[in-house]
Amino acid sequence: MDHIQPPIITPTAPRVLSDKTMRIAARDVNIYYGDKHAIKHLSIDIPDKAVSAFIGPSGCGKSTFLRAINRMNDTIPSCRMTGEIEMDGKNIYDPAVDVVQLRSHVGMVFQKPNPFPKSIYENVAYGPRIHGLARTKSDLDDIVEKSLKKAGLFEEVKDRLAHPGTGLSGGQQQRLCIARAIAVNPEVILMDEPCSALDPIATARIEELIDNLRQNYCIIIVTHSMQQAARVSQLTAFFHLGNLVEYGDTDVMFTKPQDKRTQDYITGRFG
Amino acid sequence: MSDHIAKAYDQDIAALKTQLAEMGGIAEEQLANAIQALSRRDVILADQVIRNDDKLDELERRIEEKAILTIAKRQPMALDLREIMVAIRVASDIERIGDLAKNTAKRTHAISEALPRKLASGLTRMGAMAQAQLKQVLDAYAERDSIKGRAVWHADGDLDALYNSIFRELLTYMMEDPRNIGMCTHLLFGAKNLERIGDHTTNIAENIHYLIHGETILEARPKKDVTSMMQLGT
Repeated sequence: MDHIQPPIITPTAPRVLSDKTMRIAARDVNIYYGDKHAIKHLSIDIPDKAVSAFIGPSGCGKSTFLRAINRMNDTIPSCRMTGEIEMDGKNIYDPAVDVVQLRSHVGMVFQKPNPFPKSIYENVAYGPRIHGLARTKSDLDDIVEKSLKKAGLFEEVKDRLAHPGTGLSGGQQQRLCIARAIAVNPEVILMDEPCSALDPIATARIEELIDNLRQNYCIIIVTHSMQQAARVSQLTAFFHLGNLVEYGDTDVMFTKPQDKRTQDYITGRFG
Repeated sequence: MSDHIAKAYDQDIAALKTQLAEMGGIAEEQLANAIQALSRRDVILADQVIRNDDKLDELERRIEEKAILTIAKRQPMALDLREIMVAIRVASDIERIGDLAKNTAKRTHAISEALPRKLASGLTRMGAMAQAQLKQVLDAYAERDSIKGRAVWHADGDLDALYNSIFRELLTYMMEDPRNIGMCTHLLFGAKNLERIGDHTTNIAENIHYLIHGETILEARPKKDVTSMMQLGT
């Protein structure tokens, strides 16, 4: 190989990170879909208890990398990965790792709310039950209530927990999915454009929720809305053509990006 | 910098630049006329300066309106955001420069006797320096030239130094003959106005630096105005 090893990009933001520990470390990650080289030699450190936003044009690899963090790409037959992704110092691609267990540590929220076709209660209870997190019915009730409260949904649904989750509004469904993700006590929450199907009010609710959740989780959000990235994240990573171009303090990224490609993208210019 | 994908965005920013260039041109002319009016006691020219100030006020209002609308419509980021914030600040500095020029011109009416030659020449020199700096900073802004802007920033100390010497001289005249006090007070305000114009010019230079580099100048300004410490007879 004649490529020059790119440096490991740790966020250039000591200001927001002085008291943070790193939760995820990726080293020289390459991801391919067949012949397509979707992520190129990516190395990055992602801190705990902070929101990192991944931005970049469509096809830049941001969602591909996001999905690699809980091994969602494993289900795509043509997808192949080299390099390492560590969570708390352990390689998540180690053959000994149980993927189901991994996903209980790394929750995911998708673009379109996708509640199970079951009751609101069952949507949240399902994960804790299969992971054996509750011994009694009242333990489970407790987890469901706490998770719905953390997701800011409990007050709106407490009288109809037995109703189907699919009967809720789009924004409520998305918060239900967040409640479902946090019910299994994950350390990391991945969000792939969680607000793109929501109206501005539901979006504001989710953003408020993300802001509350960041005190306890490592949150990574992929978004096409630059304003959303600027509002909710402390760190922003800009991806372009499979490369991680820049990763740093969100405040700096949106006022004074270091790389011309970042500047062109966030200001809406021809790249 | 390449163009925006949305052409209307480029037009919004271009419109701001055009209006600021127009504003800068008017301010330069107002300042030149104000100095000439005062040093030659030309009340007709002074009245013209006073009337023309409305144009600057109106342009500032339009620039501010355009900037706010652009922020609302485009949610500018990075360089664009700095461009628009700086446009608002520069417009406000130019508007203040216009006010100070107007105030200087107004004093023409209050001075009845001819200025002693030495005072007139001191004031004219200070005026010329303020004008040159204003011109240079406006050029630097139009050309996005931070080095040129930085030179203006450093030169503000010279204007302060000249102000100090005029201040001393005016004190001497006042002490020599109390009948000079009226005229000298007006001239003192005139000189102070020019010194303040220098400060606004320096503000603009700092904004040019911010516009281009995305950071503020942290060094202390090269201030040399020591008149607040001066005592009679020193």
